[in-house]
Amino acid sequence: MQLVLEKRAERSTVIALVSPVIAIGLTIVTMSILFVIIGKNPIAALNVYFITPLTDAYSLQELAVKAAPLVMIAIGLSLCYLANVWNIGAEGQFLVGAVAGSWLAVKTHGTDAGAWVLPAMMLLGAMAGALYALIPAFCKVRFGASEILVSLMLVYVADLLLDYLVRGPWRDPAGFNFPTTAEFDPVATVPLLFEGGRLHLGAAIALVIVIGAAVLLGRTIKGFEIRVVGAAPRAARFGGFSSNQLVLLTFAISGALAGLAGIIEVAGPVGHLQPGISPGYGFTAIIVAFLGRLNPVGILIAGLFLALTFIGGEQAQIAMKIPLDITKVFQGILLFYVLACDSLILYRIKLIMPQRKVADGAT
Amino acid sequence: MNRKALAAAALLLATGLGLDLGLGAAVAADKLKVGFVYIGPVGDFGWTYQHEVGRQMLVKEFGDKIETTYLENVSEGPDSERSIEQLARAGNQLIFTTSFGYMDPTLKVAKRHPKVMFEHATGFKRDKNMSSYSGRFFEGRYIQGLIAAKMSKKGVLGYIGSFPIPEVISGINATMLAAQKINPDIKIKIIWVNTWFDPGKEADAAKALLDQGADVIMQHTDSPAAMQVASERGALAFGQDSDMIKFGPKTQLTAVTNNWGPYYVERVKAALDGTWKSEDTWAGLKDKMVVMAPYTNMPDDVKKMAMDTEAAIIAGTLKPFKCPIMGQDGKEVECKGGDALDPGQVLGMNFYVKGIDDKIPGK
Repeated sequence: MQLVLEKRAERSTVIALVSPVIAIGLTIVTMSILFVIIGKNPIAALNVYFITPLTDAYSLQELAVKAAPLVMIAIGLSLCYLANVWNIGAEGQFLVGAVAGSWLAVKTHGTDAGAWVLPAMMLLGAMAGALYALIPAFCKVRFGASEILVSLMLVYVADLLLDYLVRGPWRDPAGFNFPTTAEFDPVATVPLLFEGGRLHLGAAIALVIVIGAAVLLGRTIKGFEIRVVGAAPRAARFGGFSSNQLVLLTFAISGALAGLAGIIEVAGPVGHLQPGISPGYGFTAIIVAFLGRLNPVGILIAGLFLALTFIGGEQAQIAMKIPLDITKVFQGILLFYVLACDSLILYRIKLIMPQRKVADGAT
Repeated sequence: MNRKALAAAALLLATGLGLDLGLGAAVAADKLKVGFVYIGPVGDFGWTYQHEVGRQMLVKEFGDKIETTYLENVSEGPDSERSIEQLARAGNQLIFTTSFGYMDPTLKVAKRHPKVMFEHATGFKRDKNMSSYSGRFFEGRYIQGLIAAKMSKKGVLGYIGSFPIPEVISGINATMLAAQKINPDIKIKIIWVNTWFDPGKEADAAKALLDQGADVIMQHTDSPAAMQVASERGALAFGQDSDMIKFGPKTQLTAVTNNWGPYYVERVKAALDGTWKSEDTWAGLKDKMVVMAPYTNMPDDVKKMAMDTEAAIIAGTLKPFKCPIMGQDGKEVECKGGDALDPGQVLGMNFYVKGIDDKIPGK
């Protein structure tokens, strides 16, 4: 007797929809077992992870703060992935956007610049992110270079650029040589939505981007083009769609969104430029994009869900002394199940009995 | 209809569980809740480990009177403000944030929670409810410089730097000033790894330094990786933050260890007595916040010299930054503290002393 995966004739749309749900269900079961093993009450632990953060206004705000950059970046990435181009360097585009926008904040620091500063910073951030993303896109179109490698390598370049700037030219003169710029002026800071919290305008912008992407993909020719080029490149060629142009376009959009997320994060929750502004947002967003099935609304939900595991994980550390590693195991298991369940979209599990071989031989 | 009922059931379940947890918290409310935020994992065997040892000392000392919680691996970016806030919201009344990068986030949270007491390590900003504390680590570095110069056969020392911040620069300078007392021609090679904790990078740096001819390795990073490399290659090394003798029984000469426990005990006691107030603490060998690990793997005369030096620093008869001090450019450094550099000059140190053949990154 043998278990094999057999290719389905068609994608199973049912499985495509329920697979994330199955994955989350399996994760919860596995985690419960793990909680029992480390001697914690699984119901209480799951409660801390998934329910408590949703029960007070403060945690809900934090959820949005954490999810906003993830969603913004993941939306851009999903356009790339739908078109079958692989931008892995959103982290770098995020950092470059943060750097470019911060340039203006640093230059206008201490002057009486007007309210135009923040919009200009955001514009700069988005533009820089787009230009930075166009490097791997251009290399792919012009030289056939792997966009995966080039975009990934550029992450380190961006990281070192940021490092150099905050340690050198942009260092806060009053900051005892610590690697950070001066705190941005109020006109260069993303405004809060509510006084006293941390929820900022960026969350609203993320929401607008989700809607924009939904419209682009569902209601426009360009969106159709993106999907066709990704799903059926030959058909797209017959249809007169240029895949090269689309590589450039999707990279530019995803770079712009990552760059915008970068400058909003720096001018928002952080308030100054420093190394380590991103706890891997650009990479986590890849998970978000896939968990959300490359669908704008799905991504919004996935972003919030991943943010929930972060915040829940922290509350689990505080309330139940559950080590941080468990949270990481948690996220790992979730991804594993998502990928495993996804294979069921294209394949079905089949049981093969040993006698079949004999029968085969007889014919 | 059905869905509504389901939602109501879910809500009921959630609130029920929430109530349960709330009750648990209320019982524990009489205790002083003390929170810690760590930059690394508690098992880094370096910086974070020493803070964890301090926390355990609190548990031992105060037992049931307090309840401690820690959050580990909290990055210095936008996440740290949320982590600190979460601890404050979970009812912690005294919160230690143990890395420089937590300074601004701690300050922000401190302003929002005027009744919570905050303690920030190695920074320079304070508030009515926010103290700062740090160690005079350069005192230990001075002793290491003497030992290193005595023990080095080639007259070349290898130094792994983390970030070119004043604390690290002053450590390098103290080492060099001491080493020159023994061997005026001593050379020091410095590699900046731009991280506090990355065993891979730290090990690579140690290998590179050994390849460049260094035969005594010292570090300002947190893991014992360099000690292990030196041990494999038959070189000598100094531990950092904690006693790393078990990673190099035949390699470690001594280590500048951070002993936070007594300070934590003192502060918690003050908080329990209601006498806590915001302070700036900068303590060294004399107050045992900085403690030398046993002097090992060296001849008796070197050991005696080290112990005598330690005694002299404790007695105040020896000052590591005694004037005159020549800068790298050969000019005498202004002496603001009478016979030695004043604390401001040490805490903001941004120059190399004469004889160091390196450039401060970003300067």
